[in-house]
Amino acid sequence: MINEIIRNIIRFILLVLVQALIIKNIELGRFINPFIYVLFIVVLPFETPKWLLLVSAFVLGITIDMFYDTAGMHAAATVFMAYIRPGVLKLFSPRDGYEFGTQPTVQYLGVPWFLSYASILVVLHHLVLFYIEIFRFSEFFSTFFRVIISSIFTLLLIVITQYLFNRKTDKE
Amino acid sequence: MRNLIVFIWKHNFFFLFLIIETFCIYLVVQNNFYQKASFVNSSNAASTSVLQTSAAIEEYFYLKTENENLAKENAWLKTQLIASKFVMMTDTHQVNKPTLHQKYVYTEAKVVNNSTSRRNNYLTLDKGSNQGVKKNMAIISSTGVVGQVQEVSDNFCTVMSLLHSKTTVSAKIKKDGSYGPLVWNGESYDFATLNDIPTHVKLIKGDTIVTSPYSLTFPENVLIGTVESFERESGKYFYTVKVKLSTDFKKLTHVYVVTNMFKEEQEVLEKKTEESNKE
Repeated sequence: MINEIIRNIIRFILLVLVQALIIKNIELGRFINPFIYVLFIVVLPFETPKWLLLVSAFVLGITIDMFYDTAGMHAAATVFMAYIRPGVLKLFSPRDGYEFGTQPTVQYLGVPWFLSYASILVVLHHLVLFYIEIFRFSEFFSTFFRVIISSIFTLLLIVITQYLFNRKTDKE
Repeated sequence: MRNLIVFIWKHNFFFLFLIIETFCIYLVVQNNFYQKASFVNSSNAASTSVLQTSAAIEEYFYLKTENENLAKENAWLKTQLIASKFVMMTDTHQVNKPTLHQKYVYTEAKVVNNSTSRRNNYLTLDKGSNQGVKKNMAIISSTGVVGQVQEVSDNFCTVMSLLHSKTTVSAKIKKDGSYGPLVWNGESYDFATLNDIPTHVKLIKGDTIVTSPYSLTFPENVLIGTVESFERESGKYFYTVKVKLSTDFKKLTHVYVVTNMFKEEQEVLEKKTEESNKE
């Protein structure tokens, strides 16, 4: 349990650093802004208390906001995503529920399950984030295009990270 | 009341989400300029369009007065044009940058009288106290040091040329910074003498001599001339350097009057230090 908490804290720090120091500085084009930090919320253990889910999402969002100078925007989107997560998990739950002690990751539940679960969360997060950022409906479709393209890139990064870093826990 | 608390507790996840999300949106609107502005704007969108239409109609009633005002303003602006000005003052060139303070101000001046053949030579320039020239200001030309202002009248000033028995310029060897007083020995108008250069300095013919940073009058690194020859008198540990002056005093036409804006401050401070040491 303690081990799990420490691992999540390290993951938090690493994701924030990667987002703020590397991805923020990569220019991929006007429409592509991947936000890999949402991976933290996506892969939190199933047993995480709901209030902790919201609080950690808020802390994560505010931390990213500090690096992006966008007070509140990332926090709002991430908290919304955390709020949606239990519902999405319920929607995709296997017939006999999730196994205790597992995490919603690729190696426990497979790529198709993970992709459908994560894509809903990521798209919702990006949707909220980009519409808060633009704050009007006049550029509705171009913003929507941004949401879709960025979500695809974020998902791609998330899946790659899953393969890169979770092999170790697989062997344990 | 009890039921309300039970209800809230039952849905604590939703209410916690609501509180945090409201706080986030509050932060967004409060701290991000763009959202703040558009929040205010969108709430006024209806009223602004009405006001704009009424203002557009109203404008027509004031066209005549507006035209008259514009014509007056045009006339006033035309009088401000440079073409309608008579030049009373010579240009003084300054660089205006908030982080930089002007230390030296250069004013262009024309040489109206000049001598080179006497032991004590003077120049006369066409700038005087009306143009801001004061005693002891530095005079340089585009080729190097010329002299110091001696006397000032309303529109003219006389300059104690470098070719004067009382002129001493603090000069240094550009390549290593060793410095000494430069004087004119009266032999020829294109050579001066630099004294007190220590013998460990490796001098070569052609080394550049410039003004030293220790002068109150002259800016640093103004060209004076080049080393022509040097000798060490017996029993002395200093070189006496013969300097070929870079300025051709016979051909001087245009020079610059250099104003050191911080001269007074430095002088007052140094005087104060000396006085406090006397006591």
